[in-house]
Amino acid sequence: MTEARTPLFEEHVAAGARMTPFAGWSMALHYGSQIVEHHAVRRAAGMFDVSHMTVIDFAGTEALDFLRLVVANDAAKAVPGHAVYGVLLNPEGGVIDDLIVYGRGAGYRAVVNASTRTKVLRWLGQHATGLDVQIRERPDLAMVAVQGPTALSAFARATGFDAAGMGPFSVVERDGWMIARTGYTGEDGVEVLLPGTQAVDFWRHLAAAGVAPAGLAARDTLRLEAGLNLYGQDMDDAVTPLEANLAWTIAWDPPERDFIGRQALTRQRATKPARTLKGVVLEAKGVLRHGYRVRTDRGDGVVTSGIFSPTLGYSIALARLPRGAVGDCAVEIRAATVPARIVRPPFVRHGKRTFR
Amino acid sequence: MSETPSELRYAPSHEWARLEDDVVTVGISDFAQEALGDVVYVELPELDQEFGAGTEIAVVESVKAAADIYAPVSGTVVEVNDALEEAPERVNQDPYGAGWFFKLEPLDTAELDNLLSADGYLEQCESGDAGLDGA
Repeated sequence: MTEARTPLFEEHVAAGARMTPFAGWSMALHYGSQIVEHHAVRRAAGMFDVSHMTVIDFAGTEALDFLRLVVANDAAKAVPGHAVYGVLLNPEGGVIDDLIVYGRGAGYRAVVNASTRTKVLRWLGQHATGLDVQIRERPDLAMVAVQGPTALSAFARATGFDAAGMGPFSVVERDGWMIARTGYTGEDGVEVLLPGTQAVDFWRHLAAAGVAPAGLAARDTLRLEAGLNLYGQDMDDAVTPLEANLAWTIAWDPPERDFIGRQALTRQRATKPARTLKGVVLEAKGVLRHGYRVRTDRGDGVVTSGIFSPTLGYSIALARLPRGAVGDCAVEIRAATVPARIVRPPFVRHGKRTFR
Repeated sequence: MSETPSELRYAPSHEWARLEDDVVTVGISDFAQEALGDVVYVELPELDQEFGAGTEIAVVESVKAAADIYAPVSGTVVEVNDALEEAPERVNQDPYGAGWFFKLEPLDTAELDNLLSADGYLEQCESGDAGLDGA
């Protein structure tokens, strides 16, 4: 099978990227060293080609009603110029996907994962019947994330646009570009949606402004340090947001908004979920990996995402653990059982350790 | 494109072996280090321990993956590369030099003939049968 290519494919290859198949796309895994790219984002600025992500526009008089039905957060908060993070749920409360909904002058835009594209488009289509909402995918758009402590100044040098005055999750549109103060790294920065035809030019201007290209491998260590979930790994259709450290993304008010999954979540909220998503740190030698068993005084859990943290110099993980498990735990790493510690994510924000 | 020095022998599981003065030095191939990405830990064997060919002898961990290292030939560990403890990135930077793992006193040097030549190993890598988790 040949993978799809983003408009920046040639740029990645020219920069010496190791390309990897990801959700049907050929994406840059790294450009030599994922650790170097990770540090570039924590200490200066890095850019990620995330054009593989699925961009969907919603139009029609009932677009907002539709989004308030399918998204557990309240899309009414996505007023023009503002974005909202949320999840799509099935009736059992399981997470179909996570997404960002952007409020626009007319209509809405959402960015969902590449790996869930078919499933999500089908789900949205099913629930749009009978409503005045038009759902249109935007494969013509590229998406670039510019992240790091110097990302905004570099972005200003590259484009002449000053995003520093914009608040978190605010959005500006001009000349077919959408610039949002969002990201997946725990650093300052912007995510930019722009016509695919202009992506190469934009990428080169960013490079000239000193922004380092960073691949999917660094994106994963950065998001995990920031305590951000990855769909398909830390949550899926069989996991509710209450079990995925995403209770904050559920808008319970107003109570009459009957979003899909609400009833299941209400029941689980009353009885308390049996498991929750926590952080685990291993300050001794060894690396926590997806699937490793975690032993706690409340029973066993499992690592959902684990990495060596380049910023901290030891291993960190997200793990689904029995509710109430705190303090010391033990992780089974191959033949050994290694002492570790349960913490509250995130692990790193703005370059600094955040947990206790 | 990854380097594969022709004077070395290779195991299908990506270790290289170099026979010098009756001692076999072992490391992982350029192809393997590239597939693993940045190496962050190497777990080395104890000195004087004996290992059979094909048995687990060490572990290499990169940011995203862990891989077992197998003894390419039977033998006794006579030296380990302690420098990797402090500088595991040497495995990435110089896989056939400063990134070596350990040295074995082989039981029978004829076992080296069971390993692949550089060409044979390269053929295996190119056939896509890498057996490594590159992501």
